[in-house]
Amino acid sequence: MSIVVLDNVKKSFGAVKVLHGVSFSVAKGQVMALIGASGSGKSTALRCIDRLEQIDSGRIEVCGHQVADPGLDLRKLRLDVGMVFQSYNLFPHLTIEQNIMLGPVSVKRIPRPEAKGIAAEVLAKVGLADKVTAYPEQLSGGQQQRAAIARSLAMQPKVMLFDEVTSALDPKLTGEVLRVIEELARTGMTMIMVTHEMNFARRIADKIVFMHEGKVHEQGGPEILTAPATPELRDFVSNEL
Amino acid sequence: MDTALNPNHIRFLLDGALWTLVLSLMAFVGGGLGGFAVAMGRIAPSRIIRIVVTGYVQLVQGTPLLVIMFVTYFGLPTLGFSISPMFAAGLSMTIYVSAYLGEIWRGAIESVPRAQWEAAECLAMSRAQRMFKVILPQAIRIATPPTVGFSVQIIKNTSLASVVGFVELTRAGQLVNNSIFEPFTIYLIVAGLYFCLCFPVSLLSRRLERTGSARARNLEALSA
Ligand SMILES: Nc1ncnc2c1ncn2[C@@H]1O[C@H](COP(=O)(O)OP(=O)(O)OP(=O)(O)O)[C@@H](O)[C@H]1O
Ligand SMILES: [Mg+2]
Repeated sequence: MSIVVLDNVKKSFGAVKVLHGVSFSVAKGQVMALIGASGSGKSTALRCIDRLEQIDSGRIEVCGHQVADPGLDLRKLRLDVGMVFQSYNLFPHLTIEQNIMLGPVSVKRIPRPEAKGIAAEVLAKVGLADKVTAYPEQLSGGQQQRAAIARSLAMQPKVMLFDEVTSALDPKLTGEVLRVIEELARTGMTMIMVTHEMNFARRIADKIVFMHEGKVHEQGGPEILTAPATPELRDFVSNEL
Repeated sequence: MDTALNPNHIRFLLDGALWTLVLSLMAFVGGGLGGFAVAMGRIAPSRIIRIVVTGYVQLVQGTPLLVIMFVTYFGLPTLGFSISPMFAAGLSMTIYVSAYLGEIWRGAIESVPRAQWEAAECLAMSRAQRMFKVILPQAIRIATPPTVGFSVQIIKNTSLASVVGFVELTRAGQLVNNSIFEPFTIYLIVAGLYFCLCFPVSLLSRRLERTGSARARNLEALSA
């Protein structure tokens, strides 16, 4: 059963056409890697899934929600979808624990003591159990990104979207964030991740979707990275490695 | 009447300074509440609200405070409202301050990165929750130094309330001068008293600005 379906999705920003009919689907528990050159529309596709952008035409279904429906209850959609950004976007005025508790307490109305427990649990999962009282600015980039993942996890989403979450990090910090994502994949979380880490994608993704100029140009299992069918993907892969 | 400056005159001036302080506080509280409404209105999702509030800001910012005082004090009674000088002065200052503080605060809110809104949105927070729990706490930090700085303007601008007969510091100075004709001495004292009211506030403002930029530098150093 598919948790995320995009069907002929089109999106322009003013005169700039960014998505020219994108279609793909992700099944429950699947890990999908969305790859492609800069400007090919990966972030835009991801943002459309969480309705941070509204599409012009086509259909997006996420966990049974018709995402493009103007009358959609956005709150319900976002309770099912977690999103992690390249720039972490932790709330700088709150401690790590407060960052994580904010959603469960204010949105899900979970009592504080219980939310504290959830925070401790997700922080342990990302290896930050000792950073409860730290402020984001006191953490390294890698730690901030893991905290952002924990914040998203605390809402218990059914699908998680990652947009180049390691692009701002050096190789060592990248490694620690990727390990967290890999662990998450092992627990059966459905994930779509935009990434430039080809080796990582090949190792953990069940499905690779290659975007080129606003379209899905090639898709398949991780083997398409070693044996691309199209010259565009072949070029892309050889440039990335 | 004695024609030399005596302790009663000084006491009268100090009373005036007190009323200047009262009017400043009224202006700050009233203008603060109004300013918050203006800031919210300027970034409201509704186009109509945005247009109306923008119009209000432009109108107020394009009108001298003195004229606003005249309109409320001399204009409103012709519509059948009877108002005291204090009410007229307080209302005028509130109108004036709300437009300026509203713009300062709108700027502060808008300077919180869009990504913060989006991160909160992705946590399924409602618009009000995003505003009150995520954006405003950050905007307040940004807005504090310019707000305190503007408070100095508020104190000085209350002197215009003298024209509607509200006996604050400037008016008190005029009255004392009318009886003893020592303008140089009296207005120097008045200036000194204004300085005593304004200086602590501008000192605070400068300190806040310094710690603010030191904080920003630290953050830059950390993220570099
Ligand atoms: N809000 C926007 N307004 C106008 N143009 C936009 C907007 N967002 C994206 N674009 C344009 O859409 C195109 C695709 O952008 P997108 O960010 O989706 O690409 P991407 O594949 O994620 O690239 P990258 O690897 O650099 O992140 C780009 O040409 C970009 O300039
Ligand atoms: Mg992108």
